[in-house]
Amino acid sequence: MRATRLMLKLAACAALATVLVAALAGRREQWTAKEREMLKSLSLASLGPLPADPSNRFADDARAAALGERLFSDARLSGNGKVSCATCHVPQRDFQDGTPLAHGVGTTGRRTMPIAGTAHGAWFFWDGRTDSQWSQALGPLESAVEHGGSRTQYAHTIAAHYRADYEAVFGPLPSLAGLPAQAGPVADTAWRAAWTRIPAARQGEITRVYANIGKAIAAFERRVGLVPTRFDRYVDAELAGRSHDGTSSLSDDEVAGLKLFVGKANCVNCHNGARLTDDHFHNTGVPASSLVATVDSGRSVGVRQALAAEFACTSKYSDATPDDCAELRFATTEGEELVRAYKTPSLRGVAERAPYMHAGQIATLAGVIQHYDRAPKAPFGHSELKPLELSEEERRQIEGFLRTLSVK
Amino acid sequence: MRSTISRSARTRAWLVAAAVVASSLFSACMLFAKPPADLDYSRTRTSESGRYRATIKPEGDSIPTGKLQRWTLHLETANGTAVDACEVTVDGGMPQHGHGLPTKPRVTRHLGNGDHLVEGMKFNMGGWWVVKFRVASSAGADSVVFNLSL
Repeated sequence: MRATRLMLKLAACAALATVLVAALAGRREQWTAKEREMLKSLSLASLGPLPADPSNRFADDARAAALGERLFSDARLSGNGKVSCATCHVPQRDFQDGTPLAHGVGTTGRRTMPIAGTAHGAWFFWDGRTDSQWSQALGPLESAVEHGGSRTQYAHTIAAHYRADYEAVFGPLPSLAGLPAQAGPVADTAWRAAWTRIPAARQGEITRVYANIGKAIAAFERRVGLVPTRFDRYVDAELAGRSHDGTSSLSDDEVAGLKLFVGKANCVNCHNGARLTDDHFHNTGVPASSLVATVDSGRSVGVRQALAAEFACTSKYSDATPDDCAELRFATTEGEELVRAYKTPSLRGVAERAPYMHAGQIATLAGVIQHYDRAPKAPFGHSELKPLELSEEERRQIEGFLRTLSVK
Repeated sequence: MRSTISRSARTRAWLVAAAVVASSLFSACMLFAKPPADLDYSRTRTSESGRYRATIKPEGDSIPTGKLQRWTLHLETANGTAVDACEVTVDGGMPQHGHGLPTKPRVTRHLGNGDHLVEGMKFNMGGWWVVKFRVASSAGADSVVFNLSL
């Protein structure tokens, strides 16, 4: 019995020594060559210049951006005169609203998404149902539960309040004489009927104005950039071999969280690149929202909407050539993987953006990490997750690391 | 008596702890397994039934993640004759993740001299990917698989 006890003690000492060695190695923050490469790819320094948007030839026009900024906050661009883009995309709150579902004229079925850095992305909305920033901006304007207006209303608003600024960028406005106050291809049956009574050529002119509103808003939005955080400064110093100061140091727990993020917890599979998103769509078994009555199939519906979209990259309102629209041309349109798949959100500033997931189903960051750790079955479709078997400490460390992605 | 019970309880506790450690190590290994060590990452490969030799030529030396790419696929028969008239389909994915390619690439142009333009290639994460070309021509139908380490 004494011999058994001795062996157990020796085994315990060996295990303890292994843990201590591992802990000390972690504290020295020695990153392998592969890990350093990974850290570099996650740093904001690797983001690269703002990509051109060939579908919007006004994207880099400063006058379009100035007009777009004003339109972004103008509640006259809504059916009830009370809703602007900034109602949900609150500039002081990272262009989001902190509620599970967005509230415009009514309530949507999805969480408001932030804007910073999205000009680097290929798809917009949680289900990627549009393929440019400008076509994204147009969706909510005619949605019955968001801005709740129509395209003749918006054309009249531009003519009444923005004529000179609009014409300086886009050229002369068409005549709007005799056009109804409200008409457009929208849910409201009276407004829709009024739209069908407008001759096709005039419909085209009004729709061109409408598309230009989107292009001006996008010209503003693409200038909303990402700001380096303590994580970026940490990586920059690590890669340059500099010692850390107060603005670039990570605690042992935050470093451990980062190691888990790029290692055991596999977060980096989808949250990769300098924006910490792969711009793709995944079913991660997120539970259905108790606040949403309708079935939400995510990307499987979104990709069909993107292909058929009135303002797609390949549409007559786009300034792109078909070759510029490769994301759309080569999009995966079918398959189980699209069912209830949603776009990977960027994790930059994530700690300030509760609640989480596409309909704000999870209230806290700790809850999100627990979700990925447990990997529950998807309500429908097939979840890509596998249980991670993280300890409570490891979950806490990952959360600690995620908080280093905030500017605050 | 109390001391014996306590000792056996301690022994049980150690055994349980050891089992837990072993089981977590096992699941960790299963989940984060490295790709098989003997994978062939060559850019030129022979098709499964030996009908074709195929070469992939990505745009640069390294294949980036997160960017749409155009590749050239060069096809020859086993005896070295360039294959121009053919039907090619592209498929792929990550065997260890159980998912396919994020896009639906395809051959958009036959460039001549056995070269074919493949557009829409994209890889949205690092790791082991496979890309499979199914080729059908007068030389017969066959598949060629490339392994990529991104």
